[in-house]
Amino acid sequence: MADQIIDAKGCWVTPGLIDVHVHLREPGYEYKETIKTGSRAAAKGGFTTICCMPNTNPVIDNEILVEYIKMKAEREAIVNVLPIGSITKGQKGEELSNIGKMAQAGICAISEDGKSVMNAGLLKKAMKYANMFNLPVLSHCEDNTLVGGGVMNAGEMAERVGMKGIGADSEEVIVARDIILARNTGAKLHICHISTSGSVQLVREAKLRGENVSAEVCPHHFSLTDEAVEGYDANTKMNPPLRSAKDVESLKEGLKDNTIEIIATDHAPHHIDEKNCEYDRAAFGIVGLETALPLGITHLVEDNILTPLELIEKMSTNPAKLLGIDKGSLQVGKIADITIIDPNEEYEIDVNTFASKSKNSPFHGHRVKGKVKYTIVNGKIVLNDGELI
Amino acid sequence: MLRSKDILGIRDLSSEEIIHILETAKDMKERIENKKIREKSLKNFSVVTLFYENSTRTKMSFALAGEYLGADVSDLGVATSSINKGESLVDTGITLDQMGIDIMVIRHSMSGAANVLARNVKASVINAGDGVNEHPTQALLDLYTMYEKKKSFKDLKVAIIGDIIHSRVARSNVFGLTKLGANVVVGGPSTLISKNMECLGAKVTTDIKEALKDADIVMGLRIQLERQKGGLFPDLREYRDLFGIDEEMLKYAKPDALLMHPGPVNRGIELSTEIIDGPQSVINEQVKNGVAVRMALLHLLAEGRKNNEDIDSEWTYTRPYIQNRWNQRCTG
Repeated sequence: MADQIIDAKGCWVTPGLIDVHVHLREPGYEYKETIKTGSRAAAKGGFTTICCMPNTNPVIDNEILVEYIKMKAEREAIVNVLPIGSITKGQKGEELSNIGKMAQAGICAISEDGKSVMNAGLLKKAMKYANMFNLPVLSHCEDNTLVGGGVMNAGEMAERVGMKGIGADSEEVIVARDIILARNTGAKLHICHISTSGSVQLVREAKLRGENVSAEVCPHHFSLTDEAVEGYDANTKMNPPLRSAKDVESLKEGLKDNTIEIIATDHAPHHIDEKNCEYDRAAFGIVGLETALPLGITHLVEDNILTPLELIEKMSTNPAKLLGIDKGSLQVGKIADITIIDPNEEYEIDVNTFASKSKNSPFHGHRVKGKVKYTIVNGKIVLNDGELI
Repeated sequence: MLRSKDILGIRDLSSEEIIHILETAKDMKERIENKKIREKSLKNFSVVTLFYENSTRTKMSFALAGEYLGADVSDLGVATSSINKGESLVDTGITLDQMGIDIMVIRHSMSGAANVLARNVKASVINAGDGVNEHPTQALLDLYTMYEKKKSFKDLKVAIIGDIIHSRVARSNVFGLTKLGANVVVGGPSTLISKNMECLGAKVTTDIKEALKDADIVMGLRIQLERQKGGLFPDLREYRDLFGIDEEMLKYAKPDALLMHPGPVNRGIELSTEIIDGPQSVINEQVKNGVAVRMALLHLLAEGRKNNEDIDSEWTYTRPYIQNRWNQRCTG
């Protein structure tokens, strides 16, 4: 006899969602988020596995910090947490992190997220080295010499609100560079938070040539355009920035033809004081774990960009494939990471209901469709009828 | 009456509001010139200037505008304030609000700073320049000067020349002039101008002669010397020769064209000394008109505050995002 019977009539029962791009802020920035609160936000958003980026303080660049994260996660997290190691020590772009030791300790990938390794020679070495451990390289693509103090997308909207823009070229130059380096080293390259038409085209072409490249898009990049910046609400400030309507269209095309096979949140919690301030001074990034699925359903499934199955592939099956982990499917004998979603429930997003420590979302008050009802991690219910256990 | 509690940018004003401000400024200018008719209509109103960036004209002009109207004007010396101890803009604003300030005049190096302040305080906020975004009171005094001399904006050709990309003055003028039916051409080196400016309704060119041709108004902008190091143009000598305006260049404009500049001027760089001090120059008059326009704004905002006293009393500081009912009511 079962302990609990869940009536999932009208719901989708899916393999647990996997997010390859999350900032848990611990250690160092516990006032923004912790492994505990971030994992609770993940469970609320239907994620059973999340990968945490290494731009903490100190940076996750050696095995001791990896062990620390794993220990804290074991004690306090209610979903699976997989650490990502940095590419260079202290993310300074000077010498390689202890990639091998971190691989032994259990990192799932390496990334310099938040910036690019600007020294191409060093990145090439990192790619070669990471290959030994079969680690994917998650690349944040941004040439900092082209950013020039920009805080939003360069274009008509930046002109209207009088703020410095970040051009598409700053992203595309590095996407192109990293694709070339991956081709030459055989690295498993994954492009983080792709945001421009040009980047989508570069990845599409690389894939047509049969190269080992994948890409992720964030829900905010397909749900909003830079029009949202009007009013100077810093909850619309993130990196890469919200782009033009044309870019959004290209991202949707990329999702549809599977150039972009992963949806990741880039969950980036920041304190209210870091957002209720001058736009230039405000921190880059928004929280995303608790809004990703409804935004996917509302903007992709409802608009016939993706079928429900394709959406879940991009949020579970494909991320598992990228990481090389035995998850992302519902089969007898597999670990029971399961998400149950009511795709028809309509509601307004309310940041005050977030389990995350931070409330920095531009989607407060947005009407969406699709609610996560149950999240089951390793056979244990952690979200029960929408309520965290 | 103005629709908003604040003056944050020309972008937010309607053409009717702009003309209403200019007409009010006309009365105010008479009050400056004739001491007998100075009316202390802003008695018991308090104004504070909050300047995070340096200023001569704008700050003095606001202080005098307030005093001519009988308001209590004080200045928060940013350099000697708690801002130096790291106090945030929002906290500084709330602190001043609690002291009963009616109108805050802010200049800041970051675009949108005035908007952030305005949505966190009960006081009315006037933007005296925010980053590379807007400088609405400068544009209004420029518009006033043109209006006084040319009587109408219809089909007026205005050429704005120089460092456009870093100029909040140029942007505010473009917003205002296009709303009022003038034709605006902006000209300068391709590294100091953005083609995107066309989306604001201005014509963009790097050919200064073409920009000046048959212009009714020629406005020079200060070349910000500190930017030369950024590699945006080779050196000042080349800039002056290729993009500076002197008597010869000014001949491309109409014979009765007005020469304007928001100041401070780099004499002999963007404009030659001969034309700065020449008969077409209205640069000094712009300064006088600046006081009149700012008096008009203080007067109109005070009027709005009197009409909305009832909502004022309901104000609560519910961070993060204070709903500004005052603005909502006014903008419908």
